[in-house]
Amino acid sequence: MPTSPELAKFVETSTLIKPRQEEGAKDRTMVVNMGPQHPSTHGVLRLVIEIDGETVLKVVPDIGYLHTGIEKTCEAKFYQQVVPMTDRIDYLCPMTNNLTYCLAVEKLLQLEIPDRAQWIRVLLNELTRLQSHLVWLGTHAMDIGALTVFLYCFREREDILRLFEHVAGQRMMTSYFRVGGLALEPPLDFFDRVKTFIKRMPEKIDEYENLLTGNPIFINRLKGVGYLSGEDAIALGVTGPPLRASGVDWDLRRDMPYSSYEKFQFRVPVSNDCDVWARYVVRIQEMRESVKIIEQALEGMPEGPITANAPHVVLPDREKMKTQMESLIYHFKIVTEGFTVPAGQVYQAVESPRGEMGYFAVSDGTAKPYRVHMRNPSFATLQALQTMCAGRLIADVVAVIGSIDIVLGEIDR
Amino acid sequence: MDSAVQGKDAVRAALPENRALASLLAWNADAVLDAKYHLKELTVTIARDEIRGACKAVQSAGYNFLEDVTCVDWYPSEPRFQVTYHILSHALKDRVRLISPVESIDPTIDSITPIWPSANFYEREVWDLFGVRFHGHPELRRIMLPEEWDGHPLRKDYPVEGYR
Repeated sequence: MPTSPELAKFVETSTLIKPRQEEGAKDRTMVVNMGPQHPSTHGVLRLVIEIDGETVLKVVPDIGYLHTGIEKTCEAKFYQQVVPMTDRIDYLCPMTNNLTYCLAVEKLLQLEIPDRAQWIRVLLNELTRLQSHLVWLGTHAMDIGALTVFLYCFREREDILRLFEHVAGQRMMTSYFRVGGLALEPPLDFFDRVKTFIKRMPEKIDEYENLLTGNPIFINRLKGVGYLSGEDAIALGVTGPPLRASGVDWDLRRDMPYSSYEKFQFRVPVSNDCDVWARYVVRIQEMRESVKIIEQALEGMPEGPITANAPHVVLPDREKMKTQMESLIYHFKIVTEGFTVPAGQVYQAVESPRGEMGYFAVSDGTAKPYRVHMRNPSFATLQALQTMCAGRLIADVVAVIGSIDIVLGEIDR
Repeated sequence: MDSAVQGKDAVRAALPENRALASLLAWNADAVLDAKYHLKELTVTIARDEIRGACKAVQSAGYNFLEDVTCVDWYPSEPRFQVTYHILSHALKDRVRLISPVESIDPTIDSITPIWPSANFYEREVWDLFGVRFHGHPELRRIMLPEEWDGHPLRKDYPVEGYR
């Protein structure tokens, strides 16, 4: 149920705004369009904002400029062919999207994934979280006016993208995961390179904090801005760091573990301040925890195969394909006809850098998915914008958008 | 448990501890049309007119977080649409999927925005892409596509390249 007055107002009247024309209030409010292209959003977002002086009365997000039609396209592809498209949903965390989709299809197929593949998946997912948070931190700080941090963050992100290129051959749209495991065994020196990189990372995070955490301008722009209570956050479907910054201790990695996350030790940062500052603090601490998870994954990396033992789903080795007739037949059949998946419906959610990312996959027993639906965290969090911004100054809207770490690729679809 | 359990009595017997199913059956056993337990996920079919009451029942049983509202088009079989709700409990660490069948003639279902305000965007998305109307929604207009768009693209009889 709606708990705060702003939220109740949002539920009652959230129609598109027109300037108020009633007596007495004449010419007091005006409507400003922020966007469709604003530097503080990754993508095209238009905000229709009603202001009284500099005070925000109402924010109505107007989305729908991208038209990728991705869910419709999924229905025309084989199961394996959907993986490269999931990269494009949220282009800052391709590995997380791959993982969610693969886990959902593997659940339908009831496949057992070997430990090594699961650990490499965890390692790559945490690297993805780091690079996504680096982009967030850089652009968020840049919106507030701190350009140096932006350059520092992109320097480290470049290192992570180089690691991705080394392992998958691609920097951004990696498509490295397969239904049933991974595409390839990582190159021999991959883990050493990750180790070298991750050893430097805590110092780098200290460096960002030196520039921001004690900075009076940064503190004044962030503290007390964009208040969102825990009850409102749950009512509005907010997940991830914004939810934890509202005092709700919930992390899918710990509470509903997937892909062997239960074997890792980490802390879930929570803050009770409920403002933009709290979201900044939570994300910074999350980066430190990610570093710890990556270190554990490097230390205990198990040996073994990287794909499940399921010849009707997983492509055979190149060598085997060339020398064994049976493998050649499987290879041919998987490439030309795909693999069939038993009928059923599954929902698989993982903790992406922005919150709960869920894939709802429906199979009717054929080789193509009957329906794939993506539940994306930014889409739900965007609804909370009105509750967070109402009554604040228009300059705070920029800080609030930065704090929910929006990616329009996953909102528009 | 690998094999599916079908039928509300069989699922009730298989899952004696599940609070979502217990609360739904205690609330209105006639409105619960069917239940299924498959791949460790519980799916409960609710009669179309009772969905709001069902959401209230699971909410008071501790399922506090609406993750998603979506729809599946089973064209050409009837009832054609399957409106799907994924509801999560933070305390129980458990998830329940409510599904509700909707006929193709005048596809309408009650909106659950009074229970979870987050349903606002989700239901607009379902209206935009499937053409299922939500009765009692505060502003049911298209969200992804322009207002003057022809048809609802995620329906199975909508061609991939559009009508034109």
